[in-house]
Amino acid sequence: MIKQQIVISGVGGQGVLFITRLLAEVALELTAPVLSSETHGMAQRGGTVISHLKVGLFYSPQIRTGQADVMLALREENVLLHGHFLRDQGLLVVNKADSHDPGAIDATGLARELGSVVSANIVLLGFALASGKLFCDVDSIRTVLARILHGQRLELSIKALELGVQAPK
Amino acid sequence: MSGLEQRILMGNEAIAWGLLESGCTVITSYPGTPASEILGSLVRFRHEWDSAVHAEWSINEKVAYEVALANSYLGARSAVSMKQVGLNVAADPLMSSAYTGVKGGFLVISADDPGPHSSQTEQDSRFMAMSAKIPVFDPASPRQAKDMVGHALNLSEQFELPVMLRPTTRICHARQDVRISKPKVSKRKLEFHREPGRWAATPKFRYLLHLQLNEKLKHLASNPDLYPQLLNAGVDGDTCVVASGVALANTREVLEDLGLFERVPLYQVTVPYPLNPDFASQLLENFRRILVVEETYPVTELQFRQRDRVFGRLSGEVPDAGELDPERIEVLLREFLRLPSIRPRPQPEVKEKRPTLCAGCPHRAAFFAIKRALPKAIFPSDIGCYTLGLNLAAVDTVLCMGAGISMAAGFYHAHNRTGEETPRLAVTIGDSTFFHAGIPPLINAVIHKARFVLVILDNSTTAMTGYQPTPQTGRDVDGSPAPAISIQDMVKACGVRFVREADPYELKEFSALIREADAFSRAADGGVAVVIARHPCLMDRSGREASPRQQLRTNERCKGCRYCADHFECPALVYSEDEDRVHIDSTSCVGCGVCAEVCPTGAIEEQTEET
Repeated sequence: MIKQQIVISGVGGQGVLFITRLLAEVALELTAPVLSSETHGMAQRGGTVISHLKVGLFYSPQIRTGQADVMLALREENVLLHGHFLRDQGLLVVNKADSHDPGAIDATGLARELGSVVSANIVLLGFALASGKLFCDVDSIRTVLARILHGQRLELSIKALELGVQAPK
Repeated sequence: MSGLEQRILMGNEAIAWGLLESGCTVITSYPGTPASEILGSLVRFRHEWDSAVHAEWSINEKVAYEVALANSYLGARSAVSMKQVGLNVAADPLMSSAYTGVKGGFLVISADDPGPHSSQTEQDSRFMAMSAKIPVFDPASPRQAKDMVGHALNLSEQFELPVMLRPTTRICHARQDVRISKPKVSKRKLEFHREPGRWAATPKFRYLLHLQLNEKLKHLASNPDLYPQLLNAGVDGDTCVVASGVALANTREVLEDLGLFERVPLYQVTVPYPLNPDFASQLLENFRRILVVEETYPVTELQFRQRDRVFGRLSGEVPDAGELDPERIEVLLREFLRLPSIRPRPQPEVKEKRPTLCAGCPHRAAFFAIKRALPKAIFPSDIGCYTLGLNLAAVDTVLCMGAGISMAAGFYHAHNRTGEETPRLAVTIGDSTFFHAGIPPLINAVIHKARFVLVILDNSTTAMTGYQPTPQTGRDVDGSPAPAISIQDMVKACGVRFVREADPYELKEFSALIREADAFSRAADGGVAVVIARHPCLMDRSGREASPRQQLRTNERCKGCRYCADHFECPALVYSEDEDRVHIDSTSCVGCGVCAEVCPTGAIEEQTEET
């Protein structure tokens, strides 16, 4: 049975909540129980946003320090801020330019090439999926994207996803 | 078909579905974090089903309570939702309706905010239920919150008394897969049974109603359906844990992770008040040590009459303030169960940005102008986004909704009595807060001849909680047109003789108007002077459309004095230490141009085509 705890961290406007929703919908399709919660500072744009997503049989909506299996960091600085949630040997995927660190990808750069900086979140997700360590696969994400998005946004998202999946590891 | 479908719902959305599924026909609310999304999502879901439910954003929680209650007097099901401090406002009808009781089910949803994350207190609504003598449900997940809506309404109808549902922030804002079914369309016939001894009871009858209420509670407390549940049946020992709400969810998960769920009996209290009296005595009989984990006050713990073997917030095993997040619960469980404590993982000392008003927020301009006009004034203020006027040192007191106006009057009278010169006073209050609780104190200030400047920050919305309409918006909960009440007319009707309206973006003129208002308030025949600072919220689309958009930049006259960054503190004004000057962050700047007026050296200018 699937059991995975994921922390997604970024700033307002980067699509942290969209990625959370996407993964939650995939969990629902896989008939896995899902719990998530998000915390953001008082109403302000550009503030830190973190969401906790728990797929499988859990009770608490929050993830404890050192318990996350996966951390998706949409901004490099957030690794410092929220990295303590990740367990030892957990998977860290971070949006970071000019880096050869394992787990680093220039998602913003790739999204910019696509002409859609806001798709960096999906590029990053694609890259994380390619590791094979997430509870779901690329196809399941594609299916849900096709259900919740339409037209140009869907097309862009699928392209962004592919870019992430195919990015060199 | 029992289940319609499975959906990922936020706790507040799950509660809203629960209300529709249970056949509620009147649902009212006043917005407040963390409860705001209950009514907002209910209106969306109502449209999915085209059901004839009356939903409204009432003017305040007291009014909301009474509007919904009337429907239950007629035999139909109703609910009112609010945040915990809103229940203080609705305390009067709450206490009284416990005595009168109801005919149709009546659910009071009061969302608590342990932490607190966005409230002035961590108060526990379960104590309010106890004080009113009504039962209260304490959900441990969004799914359970939805299920409890139905149970609570059934119980309310069975015993003819209001019942409370008390979710907390972590339940309201968590999302979970929830099974939903088709909303029930109520076909109940509304009937008003004239019963003056109940609906209009005089003190003599109130005494009898109190006796009846006690009787209801006694029966209810021993209802087997409400008996706390042992979650790990068959597990035994000399030590047990009793928990409720999200603290129960956190406790269960930590116990499972520590491999102790098979060893330590865990009881869930679903109805913390009234606690079944047999439960407490049985536990004391069976266990040597009992740990009670609950948020935020010791409601369950206090109902154990004998507490020498009960551990919790009262005895100090559980911290007596703050949220019981899973990390805190792990620490206290390890201690209570005498396990080795955990090595704390190093957490980096990262300073988070303090919350601030949005770039271009009209409140910022108003605060700056007030501060410039009356630099030495005392600044009583109120609850809303504009509480962040703190950052501009233009907010000195924040007590509760509406208090700014009464306290300004209080500050005035306190000084005036001495015969010495009274200090300058400039109060700020938002438009929605003004309607909610500002009108009685304004009338009171006028009739008692207080003198101060009141600035009503009118951004045409309830911005803090998600842009709900105000009585002046002329818009109903679903966007349909509604009568609009003008703030200016309202203020005049309160007896204020100086009422002016201006756009705070026009900094100079607005500042001059504040000085004029101050002069009026201190003149021989002066009194309260009201200035309405009118500019729509920029987070609302209509607000953005109504605002100018300039391309701004700083020029060589910028000396790096940081006056703008410190005193205007717009997030788009970024001081660069390397260059010792301020830059304008084009991604956050909305181009309002107010800062150009703020800069003492004229270093902020509009970028023209040629430049």
